[in-house]
This record gives sequence, structure tokens and C-alpha cells, in this order.
Amino acid sequence: MTGAPPIVEMKDISISFPGVKALDAVDFRLFPGEVHTLMGENGAGKSTIIKALTGVYKIDEGEILVAGEQRRFGGTADAQAAGIATVYQEVNLCANLSIGENVMLGHEVRGPLGINWKATHRAAAEVLSMLGLEHLDLRRPLGTLSLAVQQLVAISRAMVTKPKVLILDEPTSSLDATEVAHLFTIMRRLRDQGVAILFVTHFLDQVYLISDRVTVLRNGALVGEYPIRELDRTTLISKMIGKDFATLRSLGSERQSHHYEPRGEPLLRAEDLGRKGSSEPTDVELHRGEVLGLAGLLGSGRTELARLLYGADRPDSGTIWLRGKKTDIHSPTAALNQHIAFSSENRRDEGIIRDLTVRENLVLAVQAKRGWFRPLSRKEQDTLVRKYLTELNVRPADPERPMKYLSGGNQQKVLLGRWLATEPDLLILDEPTRGIDVGAKAEIQAAVAALAAKGVAVVFISSELEEVVRLSDRIIVMKDHRKLAELENGPHVTAETIVAVIADEGDDEEGEPE
Amino acid sequence: MTDLASRLAARRGTIVRNQAFWGVVAIVLLLAINVVSDPSYLSIGYNDETGRLSGNLIDILRAAAPILMIAVGMCLVVATGGIDLSVGSIMVVAGAVSMELLHGMDGTAGDAALTLAIALGIATALGAVNGILVSVVGLQPFISTLVMMLAGRGIAKVITGGQNTTADNDSFAWLANGYVLGLPVVFLLAIAIVVLVALLVRRSALGLMLEAIGMDSRASRLAGVNRRGLQLTVYSVSGLLAGIAGVFATASVMTVDVSRTGYLLELDAILAVVIGGTSLAGGKFSIGGAVIGGLLIATLDKTVVFLGIPASATPAFKAVVIVVLSLLQSERVRSLFRHRRALRAQSQKEAVAA
Repeated sequence: MTGAPPIVEMKDISISFPGVKALDAVDFRLFPGEVHTLMGENGAGKSTIIKALTGVYKIDEGEILVAGEQRRFGGTADAQAAGIATVYQEVNLCANLSIGENVMLGHEVRGPLGINWKATHRAAAEVLSMLGLEHLDLRRPLGTLSLAVQQLVAISRAMVTKPKVLILDEPTSSLDATEVAHLFTIMRRLRDQGVAILFVTHFLDQVYLISDRVTVLRNGALVGEYPIRELDRTTLISKMIGKDFATLRSLGSERQSHHYEPRGEPLLRAEDLGRKGSSEPTDVELHRGEVLGLAGLLGSGRTELARLLYGADRPDSGTIWLRGKKTDIHSPTAALNQHIAFSSENRRDEGIIRDLTVRENLVLAVQAKRGWFRPLSRKEQDTLVRKYLTELNVRPADPERPMKYLSGGNQQKVLLGRWLATEPDLLILDEPTRGIDVGAKAEIQAAVAALAAKGVAVVFISSELEEVVRLSDRIIVMKDHRKLAELENGPHVTAETIVAVIADEGDDEEGEPE
Repeated sequence: MTDLASRLAARRGTIVRNQAFWGVVAIVLLLAINVVSDPSYLSIGYNDETGRLSGNLIDILRAAAPILMIAVGMCLVVATGGIDLSVGSIMVVAGAVSMELLHGMDGTAGDAALTLAIALGIATALGAVNGILVSVVGLQPFISTLVMMLAGRGIAKVITGGQNTTADNDSFAWLANGYVLGLPVVFLLAIAIVVLVALLVRRSALGLMLEAIGMDSRASRLAGVNRRGLQLTVYSVSGLLAGIAGVFATASVMTVDVSRTGYLLELDAILAVVIGGTSLAGGKFSIGGAVIGGLLIATLDKTVVFLGIPASATPAFKAVVIVVLSLLQSERVRSLFRHRRALRAQSQKEAVAA
């Protein structure tokens, strides 16, 4: 880092929403040519600070200086004009337009006869090659690319305006290791060109790999700004959650010593369960009180298998025996009636209902199961809601707040509450901890462990292999939409074991499936 | 500013932001315009002999009844993120069926009841066809109900053989022209049905389920909400209510006019729903708002006639009123006004300071 003045300086920023102070007199500085990571739990104010900087939220107090000049952002366009570009966690591109069109959307090169497509594509190619993506065919529809490459295209798109500041809000949450490495190469290249990068992630390893400095927030207040070299992991985590993280560790050892021996008849037995094009016929067995981990890379078929078990997609082969009886699970309603619940990995589109309140979101599945003509009384609702908001430590514990105003981790907890309220015997959790902070993660993992102890069978899917190993009794390793191996968990099993299983089988692999 | 004043201001803010509020304002304004042109406009007469109330307001209530019916059905459909363009055509089918049946009967109360049951049954069935096309077949609501809109009027013409059938049945006519407690039966029935639907929707979990589907149908499916069943239900209910509206509309003159009965009324219903503050994108809905919207449209129709606005200018007049209303409801326009007010206040302050 040079002694250059900061490109962005935010001083004493305060933002309030009805009932909450989202940011309380926070200072933040960003220098040209650095990767600066914003750390904090969900609800700490990371998104709020980004939205203040991109002009989405108006600041109540404080000032924003860009390149030494005071700025008032009336909207996102003002921030863009000031040279601040943003790439959000979820890719905001048009899947049915071509790559080139997506990159240049709104910046097409115009000639006397309207858009000059040739020049536009040339410009797109230039930006893409700047990011090392020159191998992409500009005319291919974006939707045919993997999510990871789409994410890189989204970054290219942000670079079209040659911004001085690039904000990357959790760009890595759906990428696998090689894809993350590629992204980091690109980030370093941009940094060396003098771009100031503001990076948000929940993965600690990545923070240490890429950052120059970090700013830590907690509960809307600034904890501090540190060069990454002067901050070890334990200190960083304790600064984020404001207490030590012994909970996480004790949980791991507790689960592994717990080790469950399945006895008797399985709760669920599936034979040759499959669906053409999404899941090869697979056998699954699940016992009460057991956590079954599904491990594998993104796109390995974990989600597809889980969806078949819940009836979210209809299987076209195989049989399911539930509690010893042959059962047809053809729809989510049928599954819920059989005491099976499924939490989708796609929290935004298949989980929460943004405009309903926390209370309504929480009772929805129970209510759907009872049928609309047998409404839960307000008292019953309140009891349920209070129970799960306390048990899962949802913050703020306000049942009447619209779901969209909750942070990701808290939304996930409400969703978990929704499924627990249906009193499932089998709970399928697809990436329940993706994109949420250490504290909420520990709480969700603890909830899973507690459920298994109570006799619920849990299917746990996660891209974080350590997490799968920490929680599961048994692990199914998947690849290319089929079951590769089934491992009994124990002290000898680690994340490396699973990686080895996937890698061994993959000698003849000709590249990523996606 | 004192504490009380700021509280009042906040309160005013929530009322003004309530979209149905502007509907009420518009109704009051229209009535005021009528009063200006004729000071006795609001007077309500009472006929001792028949025990009937009479006057322009009563006429408006009577005219509002069919619109209320279809607006409430439309409101439920719109909540699920759909739309029902076929209600006007279902009205004419129900009217045609009843006139054609009554035409061949003796005019007893029993005949009227039987006719009513058959007409409403057919209307519900047509609604259910919409529902099946949308929920099971998976066609877009716009297309499915557009097809029914075109087909419905055709069916009505086939039923009556292209004639405007007329019939005689006093019990049937009483539905539209009778009075109870001095008020028109048709309006009392409409209010009763609206209250019934509103209670059903809000006291059961139906309202929540419909909103969930309208807001996010994938998430609600995974939460176990029976999307198909509920969609089928709301389209059927919309058909049934349109049938009732059709009976009201034909019973008042005991004639079905196959090309005019219910003509373009689906648009009135959609307007009523939107004026009531329900977004066409689905989700949160307000039956009370739809009722206000329905009353506004009836008031507007009557005002146009009362003021003697030439028939050719009527649609334009209606459009102006509705555009102004929509602008007032728009958050964006309102914030623009607020902004200008703030600017003015600021410049005044600066002027004082200088």
C-alpha cells in the first residue's frame, strides 16, 4: 500500500430504520490499490454500509468523501458516476442475453445508425480479456455458463465503466475452490491496476488469502480497522462475535464422540431413487437420530437427490419406504404430511417470502399442513413464534417485522423455525449455513445436533466439508449426479478424506461438469 | 413542532399512504361536484307507501352491486398473481342462461330458485375451467381468461340464439328491483356476500395462503401450500361472483342483452381492485379497498350521466379521473411533492434569514 490519500472516506455514518439503528457513527476508509475486507456477523451492518456507499440508502448523519470530495448520493446512479461499481452476491444479469450484451448492457457503443454491435462486442472483449476471460464466446447466452463464470462476467460488467472502487458483496459464496482461486487472481490483477476493492465474505481463509486490511463491525458499530498481518484468526473471530468461539469447537468434539450406531428398521429407505437428467438412481437409508451428510462439489447432485426425497421434484424411478411402508412422495404437501421437511439452498427464491412478516413466514408450513380452513389462532401462532424466535436466537425478535428487513443469518433461522414447527421426523437442510456468519452458523449447527439427539433424522448438505464432517454420523459422497461412496464418520474421517474420495475417482475427469 | 402535532402528522402520513384513502377522497369530490351542479343531489326521499328510500345515492348503491361482486372475485385472483379477464363474459352467460330458462317457465318462486342455482352453477364451472387452465395446465392467467372472455360471449349468443331474450318472473326481478328496510335488495345482497368473503378470507388462513402464492409461488409450494387447489378455488369463486353479478344485471330489466350485458366490466373490476391498493403483481390484497374502488366506479358512472357529459366523451372523462387517482397513489409522485414542499420551506427560511 502506498501513502496515497484514501479514495473513499466515510465519517461518522449513522443510518436508522424504524426501530433499529443499523449503523452508529461508523468510520470507514478505502485506499486505492488495496483489497479491504468488511467483516462482521449478519446484522452487523456490512450490507448497510455498502448500500450507503452505493447510494441505495440515504445516510442520516455523517459524510462520504470520494477522492477527497464530499458527495451526497441520491441514488445508485450518483454512486456509479462517482466511480463506484458494485457486484452483488446474487448475480443480477439477464440469463437469456448473450455474454457480450450482458457486459455492455447500458453502455453499448452507439453510431449514427443506432447501436454499433461490432464496436460493442469489441469493447466487451477488451474488458473480458482484462479479467483473463478472453476464452469466452461473446455470443453465447449467459444462462449456459456456470454460476461461477456468470459471477466473473458480472465483475467484467462492473469494470466497463472503469471504476475506481469495486465492491464485491460475497462473490465467493457459491464458488468452489478453483473458481475462487481464479476470482482472486482477477482481484489481484485489478488491485495492482490501482482499483480499490471492497470485499465481503464469510470465509475466514479467503480473508487471509486476499485482504490487505480488514474493518470489523459489530451490531452496527465499528470495532476497528486492522492490517490483516496484525490480526490472527482467533482475535478476528472474537472481535466479530464479541466473545470467544469455544462453542464451535466443543460442538465438533461432542458430535464425533456421539457417533450413532443405527439400529433396527430405518425411518426411510429409498431404492434406485432417481430422475432422468438430474439424479442417477441412488439408494439411501436413514435412521432416526442420525445426521446424514451429503458431500460433493457444487453440481454433484446433492440438491437434486434431496429434492427427490421431499417430492419437490418428482422421481421417475425408484421406491421409497417410510417407517417400513411403501410411500409415494409426489409433492411437498405429501412430504410434509409424512413429517418430512426440506429447507432449500435457494433462500431468496425458494425459502423466505420477503413481503410477509416473520410470524407469517414462520407459521406458513404448519398452516399449509393443517389446511386453510383450520387456521391457527393468534395465540397458537404467538406461542410457536415466541418459542422458535427464542430457541434459535433470532434478532431482532420482532414477529411483525417484514422478512426482507432481516439479515441473511436471521432469515435462515426463521426458516429453520418454519420447518421445526411442522415437527418433522426427517429434516433435509440444503446449505443451511451458506452466506451466514460464524455466530449464526454455530447456532444452526448446534440446533442440528440437538435435533438429532431428540431422534430426528437429518440430511445435512453443505459445501463446507469441515462442517459436514463435524456434524454427520454418516456421509454420502456424490459426484456427477451419483453416489460415489458412503463413509461411516469417525475420528479417522476428515475433510481431506472426502476430497481424496472425489479426487481418486476423478482421474479420468475431463474438467468440471458445470 | 409540538409532540402532538408531530404525532398527528405521522398519523396523517399513514392515512395518506393508505391507497384506498384516495378512493374515498375521489368519491367525496365527485359527489361534491354533483352537489354544486344540483344542491339537492344528496337528498334521499322516503316513500311512505312502499317504504322505499329513493335518490341519487340509492341509485349509485344499486349500480355498484354488480361491480362489487366481480371486484371482490378479481381481488382474490389478483392476490395470487393472476388476473381474470372473463368476468364480464361469465356475467352474460349467467344472464343468458337465466333468461332462457325463465322464458319457458311459469314465473313461480320455485322456478326462480332453480334458475338461479343452474345459472350460478354454470358460472362457477366456467370459472373452474379458468382455474384448471391456469393451475393444472399451467397456461398464463392472462391468456386462459382471455380465451374464456372471447368464448363466453359466444356461448351466451348460442344459448339465446343470438336474441336478446326477455322473461317474466317477479321473484327473480325482486332480486334486482326489490327493497328491504328501504334499501335495494341487490345492494344488501352484495354487501352480505362481500362481508362473507372478507370474513372467510381473513378469519381462515386463506388470505395468508393467497398472498404467499402471489408473492413467491415457488417458496410457498415448498412450504406445502397447495397452489393448484387454491388457484382453482379463486378462479371458481371469481366465476361464481361474476355469475351473481350477471343475474343482478339482467334481473333489473329482465332482459339479457348478449352484446352489452357485462361488456368491458372486467376492466372496471380490475380498476376497482387497483384503486383499492392491491398490486397487480400479486401479494397483499385489500377487499375493503376493492369495495371502495367499486363504489368509486359506480359513482363515476352515475356522475357522468348526471352531469350530462356526452356519451362520446364519457370514456375520456373516466380515464382522466382514474389517471389522476393513480398518480396520487403513486409513491413516486408523492415523494416528488414532498420534495418540492421541503424545497419551498427551505427557500422561505433562507429568505427570512437574509
